[in-house]
Amino acid sequence: MPILEVNNICKTFGHTQVLRHINLSLEKGQALSIIGSSGSGKTTLLRCLNFLERPDQGVIRVNGETLFDADDPSTQSEAAIRRKRLRFGLVFQSFHLFPQYTALENVMLARKLLAAEQPDFKARKREILEEIEAQANLLLSQMGLSNRASNYPHQLSGGQCQRVAIARALALHPDILCFDEPTSALDPELTGEVLRVIRDLAKQNTTMIIVTHEMTFARDVADHVIFMDEGVIVEQGDPAQVFEHPEEERTKQFLSHYKQG
Amino acid sequence: MKLILEQMPIVVNALNIGFLQTLKLFIVTLVGAFPLGLIIAFGSMSRFKPLSYVTKLVVWVVRGTPLMIQLLIIYYFPGLILNNPIWGGGETGRFLAASTAFIFNYACYFSEIYRGGIQSVPVGQQEAGLVLGMKKSQIFFRVTLLQMIKRIVPPMSNEIITLVKDTSLSRIIALQEVIWAGQSFMKGSHGISGAIWPLFFTAVYYLIFNGILTLLLGRLEKKLDYFR
Ligand SMILES: Nc1ncnc2c1ncn2[C@@H]1O[C@H](COP(=O)(O)OP(=O)(O)O)[C@@H](O)[C@H]1O
Ligand SMILES: [Mg+2]
Repeated sequence: MPILEVNNICKTFGHTQVLRHINLSLEKGQALSIIGSSGSGKTTLLRCLNFLERPDQGVIRVNGETLFDADDPSTQSEAAIRRKRLRFGLVFQSFHLFPQYTALENVMLARKLLAAEQPDFKARKREILEEIEAQANLLLSQMGLSNRASNYPHQLSGGQCQRVAIARALALHPDILCFDEPTSALDPELTGEVLRVIRDLAKQNTTMIIVTHEMTFARDVADHVIFMDEGVIVEQGDPAQVFEHPEEERTKQFLSHYKQG
Repeated sequence: MKLILEQMPIVVNALNIGFLQTLKLFIVTLVGAFPLGLIIAFGSMSRFKPLSYVTKLVVWVVRGTPLMIQLLIIYYFPGLILNNPIWGGGETGRFLAASTAFIFNYACYFSEIYRGGIQSVPVGQQEAGLVLGMKKSQIFFRVTLLQMIKRIVPPMSNEIITLVKDTSLSRIIALQEVIWAGQSFMKGSHGISGAIWPLFFTAVYYLIFNGILTLLLGRLEKKLDYFR
């Protein structure tokens, strides 16, 4: 059974139909790349998965459980959505770290707030907080940021900020981690360090959906590739297949921009 | 000069009492206008259009007319026009009327500052919180609030310093604040009459008090300098 099933998602803003009948599925431990020109609806798709937008139509299932069904209002209550969001993580293009907290505090904040809701929190407070801190430190060291734990975001480079943001998302153990152009806001010399940690995550079989304009990376890291255009999935398949032998005219055209550049 | 030195203890004593009233009005205004301003800010940002329009209209009127006129209207209107002198006579009544006018006026100014502060925190902050499973209230108190405070401290400081000086407007309804106390020595009071220097001397009170405030607010601003 796939870990994620998306059936027939549609989303309209005003008069623009941004997503049209999106269907996709993802197996546990696999990485999916989504490519496509700007405005094709990639961000909107990730925002729907993270419940930042509400699809007009369609169903989202994780591990067989229906998280969202546009026809079933009982799946859409505010309180239920907060819990369901935790199935997904989202790494934003422009990081959105909390500026008043250190790197370590950024990673720990949401975990701490959730832990306080546990019934045994009062009794085991110290132990739980120590656990959270140890885990956050471990994540930062995996991101190569051990010596940056006590720095504030404005003291970090863009690449370092994005790695903190990845650690912050991982701290909640999402089933599926989504990346929205994680290197697009970075200077070219800083993209490498971020792509490297995402590659490492792929090696550890983290289930991921990665929207990116880094074509070589999209091809190497993914088990499956989707090409989107004007809110439609035009073509999808094995990376080697889609990148080497695209079938659709629009895919060929899109990829040709990158081959020349 | 010798005369002034002789009059000094008497004058300072009277001015102190007046300044206490100034201080009281200042503090009461802040205590009332800080929360009321926030409520007005939320009103003007409300998605319920009629509420937001009415709030914005009220703010526009209050900010567009002199505080002195508002003071006069609030003090005299109930008694003269409605035949219902709710403020009563005496110093207490004048203080209540002045407080009401000042709180309302300053709440309208503060509301605009709050609004700017809230809107200047990028939506991405809230979305990052949501995606991390935080509740709306947790996002407000743990993420947005401090960033908002950091942004409103400088404009708030300006308003607070202005308020210190504006309290003197309450002289128009004969509230016995420091200017009133200084002026009383012109007509005659405590055995001193025809002395104009006490009126000018009140400026020293404002200067010293504003100096202290500027220092404190500057320190707060520095404290929030640790992030951007
Ligand atoms: N909140 C919104 N309101 C109106 N239109 C939007 C909104 N968000 C996105 N769009 C529009 O939806 C289309 C797809 O946007 P987006 O999902 O950001 O594409 P991509 O991430 O592939 O560049 C664009 O035309 C964009 O202008
Ligand atoms: Mg996008």
